[in-house]
Amino acid sequence: MTNTTIHSDVTHHFLRPKKKFPNVWCAGCGNGIVMGALIRAIDKLGLEKDNVAVISGIGCSSRMPVYLDFNTLHTTHGRALAFATGVKMAKPHMKVIVITGDGDALAIGGNHFIHACRRNIDITAILIDNKIYGMTGGQFAPTTPGGSRATTAPYGNYEKQFDVVKLAIGAGASYVARGTVYHSTQLEKLIAGAIAKRGFAIVDAFSNCHTYYGRMNREGDAVAMIQWFKTHAMPIEAARKLPPEKMKDKFVTGLIHETDATEFCDEYQALVDRLAGKEAGR
Amino acid sequence: MTRKGNVKLLQGNEACVEGALYAGAQFFAGYPITPSTEIAEGMSRLMPQIGGKFIQMEDEIGSIAAVIGASNAGCKSMTATSGPGFSLMQENIGYAYMTETPCVIINVQRGGPSTGLPTKIAQSDIMQARWGTHGDYTAVTLAPSSARECFSETVRAFNLSERFRTPVTVFTDEVLGHMREIMTVPEEGELPVFDRIKPDVPHEWYRHFEITPSFVSPMASFGEGYRYNVSGLTHDQDGFPTAVPSEIKDKLDKLRLKIERYLDEIASFRTEMMDDAHVAVISYGTVARASYQAVRMARDRRIKVGAIQPFTIWPLHEVKLREMLGNCRKVIVAELNMGQLVHEIRRVAPRHTEVFALNRYDGEVMTPHQILDKIREVL
Ligand SMILES: Cc1ncc(C[n+]2csc(CCOP(=O)(O)OP(=O)(O)O)c2C)c(N)n1
Ligand code: SF4
Repeated sequence: MTNTTIHSDVTHHFLRPKKKFPNVWCAGCGNGIVMGALIRAIDKLGLEKDNVAVISGIGCSSRMPVYLDFNTLHTTHGRALAFATGVKMAKPHMKVIVITGDGDALAIGGNHFIHACRRNIDITAILIDNKIYGMTGGQFAPTTPGGSRATTAPYGNYEKQFDVVKLAIGAGASYVARGTVYHSTQLEKLIAGAIAKRGFAIVDAFSNCHTYYGRMNREGDAVAMIQWFKTHAMPIEAARKLPPEKMKDKFVTGLIHETDATEFCDEYQALVDRLAGKEAGR
Repeated sequence: MTRKGNVKLLQGNEACVEGALYAGAQFFAGYPITPSTEIAEGMSRLMPQIGGKFIQMEDEIGSIAAVIGASNAGCKSMTATSGPGFSLMQENIGYAYMTETPCVIINVQRGGPSTGLPTKIAQSDIMQARWGTHGDYTAVTLAPSSARECFSETVRAFNLSERFRTPVTVFTDEVLGHMREIMTVPEEGELPVFDRIKPDVPHEWYRHFEITPSFVSPMASFGEGYRYNVSGLTHDQDGFPTAVPSEIKDKLDKLRLKIERYLDEIASFRTEMMDDAHVAVISYGTVARASYQAVRMARDRRIKVGAIQPFTIWPLHEVKLREMLGNCRKVIVAELNMGQLVHEIRRVAPRHTEVFALNRYDGEVMTPHQILDKIREVL
């Protein structure tokens, strides 16, 4: 059910309208679409603003919390999940959401990423995956496809890539999804599911950086790049039925992996309770 | 009044743990490293017992990050490490300065550079304490010299960090960390315990980095209805990134003034036999213990020498120090490094005073005899 008037109200309700607008992003950047999806997801879940912390690292994507009317922490490059771990442990009842870029989460922050997955701490990570370092002007990331150009890969990228989904599943995340900025309603649902999930949840959100990635790789403007997501995304339900050759130039979207494992803060609290019980029983 | 039960045999590292709990620490994140590990071990045992939080992070970068996160969420927070870990923490320590986040970092010093001497004593991170992270800021660093002082300086570190919304480092060393001493654990209420000042304004008036007359801003925590922004980018009083020259300058001035204005409160020294001294030995941490003994030995030989021990190494209270030096013509700065604090003493010492460096950097402790020899040499 979409209703544009409600949407615009919702958007204003959750933004800091009098603060630092207009935002720093290029016109047409996918970051804004992800922000919209996040806001609507939070609204649908009926979360109290005071009870939500949004934490980010450094990058274009990581500028998002500044605009959002929550408890916001814009941290250092790659470290958002480690900061978020402290916030979550200190206030386990708060919803802790991390906004991160592919460089932020997987290069400099790769260690914190796999360990947040492994602990299964109740944090939702929204990884804005634009296959490039936007903020610093188009250097290659651990996600940049082979052969793609970047300012530090002028002859084409000869490195291998991380598959975020496989990495997160392998490391122990309990909710792993992928969406795109074309499929914004699906993205909203995936984000809502991730926030509702008790445990570490990650949404790999494919997004466009037409300014650098698009220009250097002749993929066109924002519209052309977003169109590409439309034509190359394959929902997980359909993908499961397709033979591999039909999936060759496609990528899977949707809720790809979900498990129920005990959550880190719950385990810790159980320990505290156990020790308190022992004390009382003495 | 001290009860018998309050007398304990404690390592310096254990005393830091006890001090932290006394000060009300509720959160510890750390990564094992010799010679600081006993602090993390102690915290892993005690934190869950008192309903506090302990986490062993994946590295020291993550440890200090989690500490800062927890502090913004309202917990008195701490980490402990040694040289290599302290180096890894630097970027985020700068973030704590910039975001005015209270937290305590204990560095149990070992020899360096690099992996250096994990099990040997040094005091070679003194300048790193002051200038470790990039940019302009004013550091607060405390240096205890006994188990009892490990306890009390850790309490003071929490108090200062809460009081001034700034990270405070406590610098001990391998010998101090591992040496066991009998100490009387202070009773509740014996030492002051300070909690950060909370805002008393309506939510919509709150400014997380407000430039108040005292330069210290009240601090709300996440989840208390204030919904502010925290950023390591240079920011205005609301925490939003700024490039306005006057706002940039105001921010950096605030970081300095909120410490400098309160130097009298922050600085702490101990002196011995300085009244009629012609020669002063300045030393801190473990070395100070040897200095006191050397001074007594020299006095037996009728040499007019005294000792000064700064507990607050950074910021060094220049005016007080000059006052204490009085008519001393000669000053010896004894350190377990190739000469670090001596540069600062040279800078602040009165013009008529000659400053001599006594250094040891072979992983061994400074002996009273070494100091006595130096006293005789400079006479
Ligand atoms: C320690 C450190 N190293 C490098 C940088 C410079 N830097 C800022 S953003 C960035 C990359 C951002 O890329 P990504 O995470 O993919 O986010 P995007 O800008 O594409 O949204 C880098 C390398 C930094 N700020 N800090
Ligand atoms: S540089 Fe790229 S990622 Fe950054 S705002 Fe512009 S389009 Fe978006």
